[in-house]
Amino acid sequence: MKFLWQIAVLGAAMLAGGMARADEIKPAVVFDLGGKFDKSFNQGVAGGADKFTQETGIKYTDFVATNDTQFEQAHRRFAERGQDPIIGVGFAQADAVGKVAKDFPKTRWTLIDGIANLPNVQSVLFKEQEGSFLVGIAAAMASKTGKVGFVGGMDIPLIRRFQCGYEQGVKWTDPKIEIIPNMTGTTPTAWNDPARAAELAKGQFERGVDVVYAAAGASGLGVYQAAVDNKKLAIGVDSDQNYLHPGTMLTSMVKHVDVAAYNSFMAAKNGTWKGGIAVLGLKEGGVDWAFDQYNEKLITPAMKAKIEQAKADIIAGKITVVDYMANNNCKY
Amino acid sequence: MSRTDRNVRAPLPRWADVALIPVANVLLALLAAALIVLVIGENPLKAVRIMVAGALGDSQGIGYTLYYATNYIFTGLAVAVAFHAGLFNIGGEGQAYIGGLGVGLALLAFDHVLPLAALIPLAVAAAALFGAAWAFVPAYLQAYRGSHIVITTIMFNFIASALMVYLMVNVLIAPHQMSPESREFLPNAWLPTIGSVLAGLGITVERSPLNLSLVLAALACVGVWIYLWHTPWGYELRTVGQSERAAVYAGVKPRHIILVAMAVSGALAGFVGVNEIMGVQHRLLLNFNLGYGFTGIAVALMGRNHPVGVVLASLLFGILSQGGAELAFEIPAITPEMIIVIQGLIILFSGALANMSRPFFERIFALAARA
Repeated sequence: MKFLWQIAVLGAAMLAGGMARADEIKPAVVFDLGGKFDKSFNQGVAGGADKFTQETGIKYTDFVATNDTQFEQAHRRFAERGQDPIIGVGFAQADAVGKVAKDFPKTRWTLIDGIANLPNVQSVLFKEQEGSFLVGIAAAMASKTGKVGFVGGMDIPLIRRFQCGYEQGVKWTDPKIEIIPNMTGTTPTAWNDPARAAELAKGQFERGVDVVYAAAGASGLGVYQAAVDNKKLAIGVDSDQNYLHPGTMLTSMVKHVDVAAYNSFMAAKNGTWKGGIAVLGLKEGGVDWAFDQYNEKLITPAMKAKIEQAKADIIAGKITVVDYMANNNCKY
Repeated sequence: MSRTDRNVRAPLPRWADVALIPVANVLLALLAAALIVLVIGENPLKAVRIMVAGALGDSQGIGYTLYYATNYIFTGLAVAVAFHAGLFNIGGEGQAYIGGLGVGLALLAFDHVLPLAALIPLAVAAAALFGAAWAFVPAYLQAYRGSHIVITTIMFNFIASALMVYLMVNVLIAPHQMSPESREFLPNAWLPTIGSVLAGLGITVERSPLNLSLVLAALACVGVWIYLWHTPWGYELRTVGQSERAAVYAGVKPRHIILVAMAVSGALAGFVGVNEIMGVQHRLLLNFNLGYGFTGIAVALMGRNHPVGVVLASLLFGILSQGGAELAFEIPAITPEMIIVIQGLIILFSGALANMSRPFFERIFALAARA
């Protein structure tokens, strides 16, 4: 009987696949230098695209760029091949997408973390500062030493925005708590240098930090491991990383790039795709904090209540979280 | 056959030394790469076909190949010049970065007052000056303080990237801009592409980033050749590289040579900035130098530190870069990391194992001579 069911499901899936062919789209993704499997930002996008493939049977093509010149090359190649829609992952692709989208006005682009002002480009930005504010509250309440840490990836304005939101969340909870920030590096290897990030985290632990938030792509994995080794707490980023080390992962600042990717492909398939700039914050469900079976033992009811309260207040506009990138400084 | 018979070897003719052995080494590397492609379940012949067609099959592919080769020529020459003076310049990466900074600052300052004809020499001079200055500090420390140039140039790569991040994130970033990039230069500060030059002659080619920097690269090759082998300064430089004590005996001051050689080397690496910043990106940004400095070491190694060899090795690495990107497009199972493995194999076989195939060829030539 179970076997028959499987055949039926398979048949239905094939039928659905066949039907989809009528309005078939040929989606593509150009990944950032961090690579498709960084367990964080890029992988979030890949997850959303994979979900689309599972549900519709429509496969997507992808390319991992290894230098900046390849961004334009990749987008142009995909556009020439008739791929549509195309997702560009990361702010570094903004210029390339802007140039190519001008030459291919009928092809649709979704640009994540960057802006290209063209009718055939959908620019998706996130209010990382709002999500970081919430995990800042979690860090402040979980800390027993009164010192919390931050490990960023490459020292660029986007990462300072994470840091700035986090600081505001910590200070909002308890102005006396000290924050020790570090950046992993100044080259793109900073996104993929877990060893160095782990050393930075250990240095922070030695200075009394007991909760550390990593916004460093694949480098963050080193921070989480260091937290396990030293029995401290760590906070994940971009994807929900709570499952990596249950027991020491306090929470994660989730940035729903997966939803952005999935929605773009789905909207294109259903004919509801629209260009323009979308800024996704807590209100729009673009960013959030992660609470699941892996960290429910670490989050006390008081913490949960306070975070949810702050979340509601930010959505209602009662708390404004300053955006570092608005003025290139973190004054609040 | 006695034991001595089997070990008979003949010295290789020059053509075999400069052409046959490098080609054999590359083929060995490709063979090893083919095995890896086979292991991951793809057809190696198909992979080679895609790579060659992607890099040389049409005018766009050729354009990209030559664009990459331009950068490799600059950094390859930079390593070669330093090497002839007995110095190992690992700092091409940082010198290219700072050279690009010089180009960017010059163009940001003057793009609305000067025409293109004046901006080109200005940008070239700025690239050379900034690149040379960045190499000069480690050179000085080597010459007068004995700090080893390999260590200092590596450290200067990191200092360069830290400096660039500081400048781009805090100082040069265009207002209301997401990513750390300067404003775009005005179009009169864009180095014309080869495509637009050819279009002026009535030849249309597909779009690619290839620009007039290629001409600068050609001039640099000729310049290095004349400098090293046809001027007294080049003679002094090579003498220091061959034997410092002999050079001193001949009245050459090795300290001066170290400073000059590294400055020339840094200037050559700095020209990467002309290609990337003025020719392709048209704005100052981060990481445009990625990997070119380090690949330049392999290029110089393969090219035996001679401009002709550097050009050939640059073309090979250009083909690998562009063909590799095409390979990643066409065969999803082949990831960018695989391309790096293939490049690594070529460097391994033609650098570290360069003499592995030599005894084999020496025996062949010995047999041929007896027959």
